[in-house]
Amino acid sequence: MSDEKRKPTPEEKAAAAAEARAKAESLRKLREQEAQASQEPQEEVSALEVKPVSEMTPEEKAAAKKAAAAEAIAKAKAAKEAKEAAEVETPVAEQQSEAVALPAKPVSEMTPEEKAAAKKAAAAEAIAKAKAAKEQAEASPPPAKPVSEMTPEEKAAAKKAAAAEALAKAKAAKEVKEAAENGADTADSAPDADAKAKAAAAAKAKAAAAAAAKAKAAREAGGDESGDDDAKAKAAAAAKAKAAAAAAAKAKASQATGDEAPAEEAPKAPSKNQPYLDKYVSRISEAFGQEVIEASYINELAKEVPTLTIQNERWHQIAQFLKDDEQLSFEYLSDLHGVDYEDRLEVYYHFYSYKNRQSLAVKVKTSREDSKVASVMDLWHGANWNERETFDLLGIHFPGHKDLRRILLPDDWVGYPLRKDYVQYDEEV
Amino acid sequence: MNTLLQQAPSWGSTLWFIVAAVLLLAVVLGFVTYAIYFERKVIGWMQLRIGPNRVGPLGLLQTVADVAKLLLKEDIRPQHADKALFTLAPILAYAPAFAVLAVMPFTESIQFADLGIGLLYYIALSGITVLGVITAGWASNNKYSLIGGLRSAAQMISYEVPLVMSVVGIVLLTGSMNLKDIVEAQRDVWNIVPQFIGFAVFIIAAQAELNRTPFDLPEAESELVGGYHVEYSGFRFAMFMLAEYVYMFGMGALITILFFGGWLPIHPSLDFIPGIVWFILKFSLYVFLQFWIRATMPRLRVDQLMSFAWKVLLPVALFNILLTAVVVSYQNGMF
Amino acid sequence: MNHNILTTHVDTSSETGLRTEEMLLNVGPQHPSTHGVFRLVVKIDGETIKEAIPVMGYLHRGTEKLAENLTYTQIIPYTDRMDYVSAMTNNYVLCHAVETMMGLEIPERAQFLRLIAMELNRVASHLVWWGTFLLDIGAMGPFLYAFRDRETILDLFNELCGARMTFNYMRVGGVKWDAPPGWIDKAKEFVQYMKKELNNYHQLVTGNEIFISRLNGIGKFDTKTALDYSLSGVMLRSTGVKWDLRKDEPYCIYDRFEFDVPTATEGDCMARYHLRMAEIEQSLRILEQALEQFPSEGEVMGKVPRVIRPPAGETYVRIESPRGEIGCYIASQGKDKPWRLKFRRPSFTNLQILPKLLQGENLSNMVAILGSIDIVLGEVDC
Repeated sequence: MSDEKRKPTPEEKAAAAAEARAKAESLRKLREQEAQASQEPQEEVSALEVKPVSEMTPEEKAAAKKAAAAEAIAKAKAAKEAKEAAEVETPVAEQQSEAVALPAKPVSEMTPEEKAAAKKAAAAEAIAKAKAAKEQAEASPPPAKPVSEMTPEEKAAAKKAAAAEALAKAKAAKEVKEAAENGADTADSAPDADAKAKAAAAAKAKAAAAAAAKAKAAREAGGDESGDDDAKAKAAAAAKAKAAAAAAAKAKASQATGDEAPAEEAPKAPSKNQPYLDKYVSRISEAFGQEVIEASYINELAKEVPTLTIQNERWHQIAQFLKDDEQLSFEYLSDLHGVDYEDRLEVYYHFYSYKNRQSLAVKVKTSREDSKVASVMDLWHGANWNERETFDLLGIHFPGHKDLRRILLPDDWVGYPLRKDYVQYDEEV
Repeated sequence: MNTLLQQAPSWGSTLWFIVAAVLLLAVVLGFVTYAIYFERKVIGWMQLRIGPNRVGPLGLLQTVADVAKLLLKEDIRPQHADKALFTLAPILAYAPAFAVLAVMPFTESIQFADLGIGLLYYIALSGITVLGVITAGWASNNKYSLIGGLRSAAQMISYEVPLVMSVVGIVLLTGSMNLKDIVEAQRDVWNIVPQFIGFAVFIIAAQAELNRTPFDLPEAESELVGGYHVEYSGFRFAMFMLAEYVYMFGMGALITILFFGGWLPIHPSLDFIPGIVWFILKFSLYVFLQFWIRATMPRLRVDQLMSFAWKVLLPVALFNILLTAVVVSYQNGMF
Repeated sequence: MNHNILTTHVDTSSETGLRTEEMLLNVGPQHPSTHGVFRLVVKIDGETIKEAIPVMGYLHRGTEKLAENLTYTQIIPYTDRMDYVSAMTNNYVLCHAVETMMGLEIPERAQFLRLIAMELNRVASHLVWWGTFLLDIGAMGPFLYAFRDRETILDLFNELCGARMTFNYMRVGGVKWDAPPGWIDKAKEFVQYMKKELNNYHQLVTGNEIFISRLNGIGKFDTKTALDYSLSGVMLRSTGVKWDLRKDEPYCIYDRFEFDVPTATEGDCMARYHLRMAEIEQSLRILEQALEQFPSEGEVMGKVPRVIRPPAGETYVRIESPRGEIGCYIASQGKDKPWRLKFRRPSFTNLQILPKLLQGENLSNMVAILGSIDIVLGEVDC
């Protein structure tokens, strides 16, 4: 009974979140999304549990840049969608509001930034718009990343955005919607933050009349804070305004500091490990090209470990790189084993870098018929017995292994027991 | 007994010899029985256990039951063992251990053979035991046995040297190798005082000679799972066990005689207590020390064992000889 | 099996004219110092080890295969039989993996009970190690002292969950049994007692000359080798890496308690001995705090769905067992049974370095080195 009572809450949350997300998705015409169904609710729940606001900020920023580029479109659409999003998210946010002590901080952290941003924005709003539009094209890869960090789905989208820059502007508009949506969430879930936000808004008001007007409206609405649609919408608009201001500053910053921008954002990333994943991906794709990474994502189920799926043929080189590269230096192999997924076999590696204090999971796929994965025994001696065990139980061959014999089963054993189609061979039968 | 030895052999004297030998054997077996019991009890107490307490009152018959079991057990010989040597080895190990008891003066009167070179006799005979051990190791056709046997040979030969050297001081002091004379010479002060260095070397080397902890490498059960007697069972195994304890009996007696003044009382005023009681008390003290060490000490390593014998014990023993020689010469007025 | 894994070399051309021969010595699977059914084929020249080949699998029960046909709760008893000296950590790692996947919240009291059970088990495990290790190098007494004190812990466990070795105590979402009345006090008493007793242990063994000379500089390796061979736990810490998952990737409620991670730099058997002894001390320290802060009431089982179905996906968690890093990988397809379950067993991984360490060593050192790795065969073979 108590089970019944408790269960709904996370599920509701998840459902609500999923709904909101789904709407946003459909609007965005997102492509290639399977495996999401399971991941999304999970992620959403955890996202709410962790710092909701901190998650928003990079997104806002990123989105906001684009907002600067296409403000006009955004305004119209965002207002509409923020409303929807707010509707759905309100109960969730309210339930969470007690538990969230953190939001106040990130918001307050943001305020000086905003101030600066707002000032600059006010000083050269016109220029900023023009510039931002221009920068949008230049700087689209870096800002695209943080957005993508939040979910694989967005990431996929973002990647393609980077690949096809022409689409970026169009997409930016869509992403603004999301920002607005999240902005609503922020405002809702952080009652404490409102006071500060007001202060921020006041500061902004001094600097920029246009921004101030918007912000004020938002704050007033935020003051009500009861969750009625209008207020939410206004709050969303306010958030967007904020974001827009911040974006201008950021655009400048990114212009000035180039690649550092994503690094700065690291602590505010959706998953604390996202920047690491990006780093690994970028390091590897710099060295070997993008095609060697078949997939990369944050595995939310495994304490957010960055997970890469590496092309089988290049695995040994990449393993060497993982170990030797200064920035990666995964000198410790924690675990190595195989999994039979019926249509393929996978070898799962869990690495750890004592130097950088970071984990990495790597998966390498191979076929069931001719299963081969290059041995990494020459790099990590600890792989020796693990590879033998994997060979013993799953029949995955490790070319390059010096002593690939059965280890747990007798040498004359027939078959590989951990394969799903294993039938025990018995002389008696 | 001495007079009997000097008579021409006759049926009567031969009978006497046999009776006396059987008597001594009985005493020794009795000792072994209760030494084992005592050892198990003492170590048990030291290790927070009770020790044997089931067979007979207070478990007193435990060893008897054990021996009965060993004697009744099937005699197993490995298929590829060297049959003759396999049979010979336990005898070879046991016989000298028993033979050394012949020269031990337990009291002034209880002694079998009062040899002038009693000490030499003891040391010479005890050296034979190693043959039994190495034969057993070889004949068993087992690698663990072989390693154990060879370890044992190396160890016993190495430790025999400091053992002999350490008693040279006593011979110098006494001017005799006769064990009885050595005891008599301790009327004023026991040898343990003037010959303390010798005593220290002797007791360590004796431990190694006996293959007992911390020098029990030949049978180190955690490494060699029993060493040279791993293939032995039944009464052959019992022979090895017997040899070990009889040898301990012999060594205890020798130490009592050489360093603790044999049957002499602690103080002349305690003379009314019979000598044999004093002997047994002192002897028991040594045996207890054995058990005590066994309960507490870890085991040495082979290379450490060897270097300890040659690099530490031997120089110390030689120094002791030099020191004693200087002192004795001084007393004799050479300087 | 493995008839031809080693070839021996006969040397007839030695200067002395003696014919020397290398010998193959089969250590185990029924050897007293291999701590179970573990086998080492050792090539020796005299008493010097030229090469050692570990052979294992005598205790392989196919836990991972069995688990694929069991529900998550049913797997827990199987984990008891892996590292049977420290079954609580095994229980925990499985539950922790499932809970991580499902994002479950564990009640406070259950967290405490888990932590206390794990730490008590760590002490018990180190005591077993201490006793058997000294037995390996020929000291018989300490073994019984260690087992006497371990017995107290086992009695505590007996009261807590009705079993002495195979606890089956933890469940996904909490623990099966609450502590019986008075149990916490008994545990407190034990901690105080053990603190004193530990000094006795040191007096009995640590300063012994023979003991020191047996262990100093034996089985030495450096940090690089340790990392290369995926060593963990004390094996890794003995080379100077300050790494303890309880501290560095806190799980359960370890982050609430104060304790140190003892490290050494020598990387030899002696260092490992001292570290394990120091770890007992630290565990007692944690226990002391945990027992003091133990919540007076509360649930011991969280709100868990009746049928445990982790979401589809995979997880890998690792925690600090007394032997090192124990990990649990679960690939789930959203069913009530795991698609694939894999344990990263510290004994198995740590044992890999053995052939390297044994090379060129004396036969007597073999048992000391093997003992200092601290393996449990149930875990090696899984």
